Amino acid sequence: MNPPSETNSLAEARKGDRGLVVQVGGEAYAGAGGVDAAEIERRLLEIGFVEGARFEILHEGLFGRDPIGVRLDDLTVALRRREAAQVRVRFVHEAAVAAAEAPAPLPDEAAA
Amino acid sequence: MSAAAEAVAGESPAHAFRIALVGNPNCGKTALFNALTGARQKVANYPGVTVERKEGHITTPEGRQVSVLDLPGTYSLRARSPDEVVTRDAVLGRLAGEAAPDVLVCVADSTSLRLVLRLMVELKAVGRPIVLALNMFDIAQRQGIDIDVARLSKELGVPVVTTVATRKRGLEDLLAQVDRLMAADLVAPADDPGVWHEPSVAEIRAAHRQAERTLKDCVKPPARPDTLTGKLDAVLLNPVGGILILLAILFVMFQAVFSLARPAGDLITEGLSQASTYVTASMPSTGWIGLLRSLINDGIINGVGSVIAFLPQILVLFLFIIVLEDFGYMARAAFLLDRLMGAAGLHGRAFIPLLSSHACAIPGIMSARVIDNRRDRLTTILVAPLATCSARIPIYTLIIGAFVPAKTVWGFASLQGLVMFGLYAAGITSALIVAFVIRRLFWRGSAEPFLMQLPDYKVPDAMNVARGVWQRGEIFLKRAGTTILSMMILIWFLSTVPLAPAGATGPAIDYSFAGMIGHTLEPLLRPIGFNWQISVALIPGMAAREVAVGALGTVYSVSGEGSALGGVLAHQWSLATALALLAWYVFAPQCMSTLAVVRRETNSLKWPLIMFGYMLALAYAAAFVVYHVAVALGG
Repeated sequence: MNPPSETNSLAEARKGDRGLVVQVGGEAYAGAGGVDAAEIERRLLEIGFVEGARFEILHEGLFGRDPIGVRLDDLTVALRRREAAQVRVRFVHEAAVAAAEAPAPLPDEAAA
Repeated sequence: MSAAAEAVAGESPAHAFRIALVGNPNCGKTALFNALTGARQKVANYPGVTVERKEGHITTPEGRQVSVLDLPGTYSLRARSPDEVVTRDAVLGRLAGEAAPDVLVCVADSTSLRLVLRLMVELKAVGRPIVLALNMFDIAQRQGIDIDVARLSKELGVPVVTTVATRKRGLEDLLAQVDRLMAADLVAPADDPGVWHEPSVAEIRAAHRQAERTLKDCVKPPARPDTLTGKLDAVLLNPVGGILILLAILFVMFQAVFSLARPAGDLITEGLSQASTYVTASMPSTGWIGLLRSLINDGIINGVGSVIAFLPQILVLFLFIIVLEDFGYMARAAFLLDRLMGAAGLHGRAFIPLLSSHACAIPGIMSARVIDNRRDRLTTILVAPLATCSARIPIYTLIIGAFVPAKTVWGFASLQGLVMFGLYAAGITSALIVAFVIRRLFWRGSAEPFLMQLPDYKVPDAMNVARGVWQRGEIFLKRAGTTILSMMILIWFLSTVPLAPAGATGPAIDYSFAGMIGHTLEPLLRPIGFNWQISVALIPGMAAREVAVGALGTVYSVSGEGSALGGVLAHQWSLATALALLAWYVFAPQCMSTLAVVRRETNSLKWPLIMFGYMLALAYAAAFVVYHVAVALGG
């Protein structure tokens, strides 16, 4: 399941970027401390990174613009860009986000 | 599974009822726990693990005696840290020696229900009766979040109540529902709670969709969303400004720890020295009674003294930490410092333990529990004692006062102050470097992922803060206190026995085990510029760093610890020796209590031994270099 060409990695997002989460997990991840790609996918899901969620980058750290603070629907989550690379997003302009209130069918639903 | 089955089988009509509070981090769970149980709570450890177990007791409206367990916050029953293992095992009734809770109270932050609704899907799979408490309901109302409580209850299939823990609102409703479920539970025994299994990613996604549907059906988004958090974060998380503000907060905190706590600490020290004087006056100095007097004075009063003399500092420190935590700032501090700490191989959360270690390494090491990953936590524990704790201050002050001229440099800075600052900087810098080396050489690979919620800011509740500070103080006194006291008595024994023979000319400590050990070590310490007096003083100095000052006084037969001793040292020691001793104290593991607490926190002898070894090696190397460089430069 290749992501559509217009999606981006959340790791590349800059402050002020908004959009929708398209896919969580499935990218290469150099595991560390017992955390592998599947585990980071579960953790991202559990803290609210789920397909269809609306996001906005609110904060960037001083060094290397890392970590980032991301508004996710009704909560704010901080994470490193390293982990953010597991999240594929589609950037959307503000008006379009509002229009996309009704979330598109989720990828795995479509697959199933 | 079998434990759970046994626990259920073991239930009888007379058994004590149990409820457990479960919820996401920052949902006000502890505030609800405090509101429910008030002062009737007990903090202990779960057996075998260093996770805090908070239990309280209440009587329900129908008269049931119920024990309430406050479980560590979690997003899932899938355990990834020792804390979360406890939450999972407690919920599933797998904890050794504990029955499963009769009712689970799932506590939710009413302003942010998405994640807790997903957790509810998992909790329901456990098969225990559940009450959902929509906590901080007042904030949700203020924001105009419209929650259809009745519909939520219907869709989830569990009773839902609204609570405001800080105002003690909704507690009767909550307990009434607990009563109702317990009565029902007694008629129909709970199902075997073994149906929960670790959800797969597909199941987590499915649970999210379910939560999303429930949310859409029952909750209307805020009409007046919280704008305070956004406004504050724009300033507090500003890449440059945020770090400056953080530094300013740290500065104020240090000032407070030392200036607010110092008078109280001095008062305690003064009181104890009065007690000591009284003991001296009222007991003879010879024979067995004399030995007893020495034990009371030098072992017990000194030991108790060095424990409670730290208490004011630790209370002030924890007051700051808890206020900042409850306000929601600690997560921001971790965010701001993550990259900096990450460069040293530490987790952003290691900031709290390292900060606490500047008062005393013991609460610092104990607070390393906030770090989930075992390696991250061990790294933090190993480097925490390198931070300049306040027990180093007396010895730094003594040597600086005796050897560093009190002159002004650059027109404004005092040279003595600069040396002191340099020693602090050396402490924290070496902690970061050692952490870096540990991560690079021994535990390669990057640290635990940094993934945490930035909760909305909230005004801390005074009662909850007071209770938190009080509990920290109590824990310090109980756990650290007993350890420190027993170490002080051990060191007293080594420094006193055997007694000096009648007609002895040297100081009594010279004839004791400590004296023998000191003399034996002296040839080893000569290359770093230490004479036998220093070698001997280092042994009682193992009790706590500041004890070395008194021990030096004893060895040089100087009474009083002030300028008199400094004057003697200035004559007896070369500048090179003095500087080498300063370098030694930056690194040396001169604190038995810290080692004992590390043993306790890591549940093994291996880590305190590693800590002792590496710190000793660093101390020796640093003192060696400093001594020889100073000698070469004519010191």
